[in-house]
Amino acid sequence: MEWINAIVQGILLGGLYALFAAGLSLMFGVMRFVNLAHGDFIVAGAFGALLLVESLGLHPLLTLVIVLPVMAAFGYVGQRLVLNRVVGRDILPSILVTFGFSVILQNLMLEQFSADSQRLSAGALDTASFGIGSLSIGAVPLLMFGAAVAVLGGLNWFFGHTNTGRLLRATSDDGEIIGLMGADRRHLFAIATALASAVVAIAGVLMAVKTNFDPSAGPIRLLFAFEAVIIGGLGSLWGTLAGGIILGVAQGIGAQIDPGLQILAGHIVFLIILVVRPQGLFPKQKG
Amino acid sequence: MTSKTTLSRRQFGTGVAALGAASTLPMPVLAQSQTIKIGFVTPQTGPLAVFAESDAFVLDQFRTQLAGGLEINGQTYNVEIIVKDSQSNSNRAATVAQELMFDDEVHLITATSTPDTTNPVADQAELNEVPCLTNDTPWQPHFFGRQGDPAKGFDWTFHFFWGLEDVISTFTGIWNQTETNKVVGALWPNDPDGNAWGSPDVGFPPVLEAQGYTLVDPGRYQVMSDDFSAQISAFKAAGVEILTGVVPPPDFATFWLQAAQQGFEPKVVTFGKALEFPQVIGSLGDRGEGLSTEVWWSPGHPYSSGFTGQSSAELAAAYEAATGNPWTMPLAFKHSLFEVAIDALKRSADPMDPASIRDALRATDYQSVVGPVNFMTGPVPNISKTPLVGGQWHIEDGKPVLEIVENGDHPAIAKTADVTLIGG
Repeated sequence: MEWINAIVQGILLGGLYALFAAGLSLMFGVMRFVNLAHGDFIVAGAFGALLLVESLGLHPLLTLVIVLPVMAAFGYVGQRLVLNRVVGRDILPSILVTFGFSVILQNLMLEQFSADSQRLSAGALDTASFGIGSLSIGAVPLLMFGAAVAVLGGLNWFFGHTNTGRLLRATSDDGEIIGLMGADRRHLFAIATALASAVVAIAGVLMAVKTNFDPSAGPIRLLFAFEAVIIGGLGSLWGTLAGGIILGVAQGIGAQIDPGLQILAGHIVFLIILVVRPQGLFPKQKG
Repeated sequence: MTSKTTLSRRQFGTGVAALGAASTLPMPVLAQSQTIKIGFVTPQTGPLAVFAESDAFVLDQFRTQLAGGLEINGQTYNVEIIVKDSQSNSNRAATVAQELMFDDEVHLITATSTPDTTNPVADQAELNEVPCLTNDTPWQPHFFGRQGDPAKGFDWTFHFFWGLEDVISTFTGIWNQTETNKVVGALWPNDPDGNAWGSPDVGFPPVLEAQGYTLVDPGRYQVMSDDFSAQISAFKAAGVEILTGVVPPPDFATFWLQAAQQGFEPKVVTFGKALEFPQVIGSLGDRGEGLSTEVWWSPGHPYSSGFTGQSSAELAAAYEAATGNPWTMPLAFKHSLFEVAIDALKRSADPMDPASIRDALRATDYQSVVGPVNFMTGPVPNISKTPLVGGQWHIEDGKPVLEIVENGDHPAIAKTADVTLIGG
């Protein structure tokens, strides 16, 4: 029973990792853009929600109504004004710029919100859980898993069924050719970043409910997000969910053997997949 | 930029002292030409920044009081405190310590808050023969972490705080007051603190065994974990009623919520590190009720500042009035750091001479706001121990309040309440 519990909790944890990774996966998939400030953007979303909870007294989950569009708009403008200048064949400038963003953002948040560890309480939802047999499943982890599936499913639908989505896929296949078809690459890139930022907002708000955060909590979120993206296959959204779940279950089983193995088990699975299948489990078809 | 005339001054400084004393009284301007520089390394940014929140208040307090200079042996000196941010990084702490010593040429260097700050700064000071005063790191990681030899000690570096033995004694003191099945679950991470607390030689395990407790230790985990299901199921299976550990605040929050979601309800929860700050307890909401921790200082401590004359309660009240934030334990330790430094400077034969400051530090016998500081009577040379008691948080009107519930080692610090069981 303990093992089944470890696997179930691992799957739920995988949803969290997938949610953290979804924005990263999207930006990389569309424009081969590695965002090192991804974790800090998530924390910024959490602080945004905190501001709203403190000033308006909103329920944490309701803050998404404001945080999500604001982050998306911020993502669009940021891409148009700054990031579009560093998108290109060479991946290094984008890494350097977003690394700088990461440092700036952390210090801005420290200046504004101090180093206090914060958390948003969702009231009774925090500790709510329901039992299946002797398993106990928390409402918040389940909510996060559901959010991950919904977000990735929604994005997948968007890419498959809307005109903008198809243009984004085309951009992903060959960003330079689509200019010839009359599409504005800069606008499409900005749309992709806006979508990724909206996902980041969701991840940020849910993280704020799940655990404590402070201005320096971002970078630690990045590692597992990267691993989930790479296990699943670069640019594949469902792959990212699978990657997150594989990572979560590996950690859960590792921890059940010995808590010291928890993180190591995830890294080992990641390495094995890199060796056996370097393109990831579900790589996007090269066009 | 500043003209370096200190050497020539020092040579005939003592002779001039008497003359200087006479002239300072009517005309202090003349004697203020000499400035004592104190370097201060502190983690203002990064994961340890919560320790540095009271820095600005304390520095302001001391700068205001010292604005008129400090009189030493009848001569008035300017005192300048130069602050450097360690960015919560031990390499950075060593670098800024070097900057303070070589570029700013400080006469005395100070540092606080965790081994990541105090150890590299003290190492640099020892190497470069600059007097150094530190606190807010348990003394074993500071002393033995720097390969200190209990027979010899150090030449230039002095440190005051409590030690691991005090935490163990305080925690078991809290637990001994309660009616439980004496099964203790431990959440010790794989970091210097977790390994020391869980050590079968010097940590909790031998003491717990001697006192009849059963220890459930699932093993060292990696900090900043997102999932504690394995530990929770191990604790549930063993019927753990007392829970302890030393974890960062996010880990505690994750664990404590998961524990509730998975139906694990211990009666006593006593943690180091995570539960020391009211902001963290406040963030837990009602789930913060009844949690306990070690207390290094509180407004109820019967000690006063030898520098400002403020009692512990007055210091806390002044901080709350000035900043609007609730008092935190590092506040008093920052204050005491400068108190002890100023005291040593006052007693030094020549505050421009490093050896003279060092000798004055070594001879410290001082009543500070965190208790008596004396580097001659510590467990090992260069170390002075400050008192540690146990506290329990209660949520009153939505605000966390810390009550002192265990004072077995230091009866002078009054208990303000008895231990209560969580949920009972």
